[in-house]
Amino acid sequence: MSQAVLKVENLHKAYGAIRAVAGVSFEVMPGEIFGVIGPNGSGKTTMFNSVLGQIRPDSGTVVLNGRDVTRCGPLALSRMGVGRTFQTLQVFGKMSVRDNLLVAAQEHQGSMWGRMFAPGDSGLGAKVDALIDQFRIRPVADARAGTLSYGQQKLIDIAMAFMSEPALVLLDEPCAGVNPSLVGSIRKLLQELNRTRGHGAHPCSFVVIEHNMDFVMALCHRIMVMVEGRVLAIGTPAEIRANKQVLDAYLGN
Amino acid sequence: MKKSTLFLLALAAVGLLVLPLYLKGYGVYLLSYWLVFVVATMGLNLTVGYAGQKSLGHAAFFGIGAYTVAIAMKAGISFWFGLPAAALICFVVGLILGFPALRVQTIYLAFATLGFNTAVWLLMRNEEWLTGGTFGINNIARPQLGGLSLDGNLAYYYFVLAVALLMALLLWGLLRSPWGKAFTALRDNPIRAESLGVDTRSYTLLSFAIGAVYAGIAGSLFASLVQFIEPAPFTVGASIMMYLMVVVGGPGYFFGPMLGAAVGVLLPEWLRFAQAWYLFVFGAAVVLLMIWLPDGLLSMPDRLRAKRLARQASALRAASVGVPGPRA
Amino acid sequence: MSDFLQLFFSGLATGAIYGLAALGFTLLWQASGTINFAQGEFVMLPAFMILAFQAAGLPLLASFLLACLGAVALLGWTFKRAIVDPLFKYGMMPIVVATIGLSIALRNGVRAGYSAEAHPFPSLFADTLYSVAGVTVSLSDVGTFLLALGLVLATQAFITRTVTGRAMQAVAQNTESASVLGIDVPRMIFYAFAINAVLAVAAALLVTPTYLAKFDMGESLGNKAFFAAIIGGFNNSRGALLGGLIVGVCENLAAAYISPAYKDAVALVIFMVVILFKPQGLLGSKVERKV
Repeated sequence: MSQAVLKVENLHKAYGAIRAVAGVSFEVMPGEIFGVIGPNGSGKTTMFNSVLGQIRPDSGTVVLNGRDVTRCGPLALSRMGVGRTFQTLQVFGKMSVRDNLLVAAQEHQGSMWGRMFAPGDSGLGAKVDALIDQFRIRPVADARAGTLSYGQQKLIDIAMAFMSEPALVLLDEPCAGVNPSLVGSIRKLLQELNRTRGHGAHPCSFVVIEHNMDFVMALCHRIMVMVEGRVLAIGTPAEIRANKQVLDAYLGN
Repeated sequence: MKKSTLFLLALAAVGLLVLPLYLKGYGVYLLSYWLVFVVATMGLNLTVGYAGQKSLGHAAFFGIGAYTVAIAMKAGISFWFGLPAAALICFVVGLILGFPALRVQTIYLAFATLGFNTAVWLLMRNEEWLTGGTFGINNIARPQLGGLSLDGNLAYYYFVLAVALLMALLLWGLLRSPWGKAFTALRDNPIRAESLGVDTRSYTLLSFAIGAVYAGIAGSLFASLVQFIEPAPFTVGASIMMYLMVVVGGPGYFFGPMLGAAVGVLLPEWLRFAQAWYLFVFGAAVVLLMIWLPDGLLSMPDRLRAKRLARQASALRAASVGVPGPRA
Repeated sequence: MSDFLQLFFSGLATGAIYGLAALGFTLLWQASGTINFAQGEFVMLPAFMILAFQAAGLPLLASFLLACLGAVALLGWTFKRAIVDPLFKYGMMPIVVATIGLSIALRNGVRAGYSAEAHPFPSLFADTLYSVAGVTVSLSDVGTFLLALGLVLATQAFITRTVTGRAMQAVAQNTESASVLGIDVPRMIFYAFAINAVLAVAAALLVTPTYLAKFDMGESLGNKAFFAAIIGGFNNSRGALLGGLIVGVCENLAAAYISPAYKDAVALVIFMVVILFKPQGLLGSKVERKV
């Protein structure tokens, strides 16, 4: 039984009287795709932001590969091998697609002073091309990221999260606002990435927040359901689908 | 780089080398003056245009550079020691100024840099024992390079040109390297940048420090150019003018400072024929320019390209309407 | 002691004028994110407008009202439509630089087009002096202070108590929500510009008698207003008045007790101290880095 990549224990975050995250605990195993679902306002993004150091949790612990990272900020976490995408699209509009991907990886090798006056692609050209091909965005590789369609920018956003060979990638609603045909492509892409990077010496685990139920059920190995800041259930897609409480939470009250 | 840009650059290089030979003393002096401001605004362009910070205190570094050289030379120290000393002092002070940038945002950062400029200017004005106060420091000599005297306007011009070219090449190398992308990421989306591993704190501090070094070196050149240093050119008003030069030229465009400094330094000279009205024309020109090209003069090609693309896209759309397609 | 009080009260009068200019400045910022580097010239121009109307034979009050109309049209509506509206979506840089250009243009336009000399300006108040408990105060000082204070309070009352004023506040705080609520956002923003214009004309009426009308009178006044607004708190209207009063009083005291040469430096020094210890201003609220 291998050690969990990510172990969140009893995470709490309140905004005044609103308990956005009220005692959330879960584990993510190496190479696993872990889904997080729940109605709007259930605290999924707040939980993400707390884990990722974007906001400070009130209490609880976050342990990454055995290291306590509860108080770490986004910069430290990125250096430790955590990648993420944001709910609102965040690519660098004025840079080309290629440059976007380069920025995502360049800070993870060598030192800052070593990069001063170094060649523009930091020797990462091949890696960038490989990812461009995997995401099938070669035709727009040199275009300004801001001029592309929403769906294409989403793909770049996801690709950027993977550039630095992370051990853990957190994806916040990768399918939001994307047309149905692209949803299927994204699912296949993520499965492919999980296949190629999910094993071996440095397996990559995914945590995915999504509202698209078909997407989540088809993609994830295990799913956690959050309601009103608490964990309602954790289990395989089949278990979750059969869980009466989950159905109530979504369809009832 | 495009062939056309390369050609223009070659033309400009030839012009810069040859033109002064045909100008009178004052013309050469003016070109040197322009080049000094090009170096200073290149630094501000890095801080404000490429790294997206707010800095309304750039003239303070300009002044620190100028006074360092002036005081050093008055004390008998060589210019060649004063120049790097000015650069080093500005680097350190620039780093220190970057710290407020880590804590306060946009408008308040602008105010903090204004406060900094004010403090430095007050120091220059009041510390007579060091700076000569309002009387300033005069009779600043021009340096000697080996046995060659740089005293004449023409000789000094070529020296300033050489330094400016060197600083420009360094900046070009820096911006082409991964640092350039890191600065752009810092400017356009610091939160995303941080989550990708970009050390936004360090890059912010360095954007101020490197910008300050450019201003400091420009100030050193300035001191020996005008040969008399007093606090007046280093006020908040001067910082605001430098900011104007960067924005008018085009923030984030490499050649923006060349154009911007030309507008700030040379345009008022050319407008002198309008006599009493020349500053009015200048001010009005700046307003009109901003309304027409808010991203600066060098954004013109980009705007034309965007307009052309938009026209093509709408033409395509118009052409595709009415073409029978498969049933949805 | 009576000297101190005298200086204090006349400082209050000047400070109230700074407060007027600072208040308009703050309103513009809150309503449209515009940093108006031409604010000083916005006071200078109406001063000359009033002089021009008077030279044409109109009495002071009529000149003042006409200047108000002219200011609202030119410095309110035209300024907003021609400069602020087109540049709004490009961020702070172009608007800031455009107002810098505008200040240069206005200043030198008046200098070249009207006069480079200093002109006397009629005072609202007679040259009377009062003696209260051994302290001599001029009618002009008292009148200026009361008028300026009254205008500032009236503006604040308008903004906090009327429907229009509250709509303006809504626009300043959250433009999108305001527009969804059906508020005519462009019109509310225009009102802020219009109020700024009127406050500037009032400031002109009150400050010019003492300092005379000259093309460069806006420079120093604009700077003081800017610093006063920041000292008081850039996102707070009451701060503008407080900042102005502090600057006015301290200036007067410094000129008398330290040296006249330091008069202009006082605003700078207070500004620096405030920026170091409370960058959001004395009454301002902290604006955190947004995550």
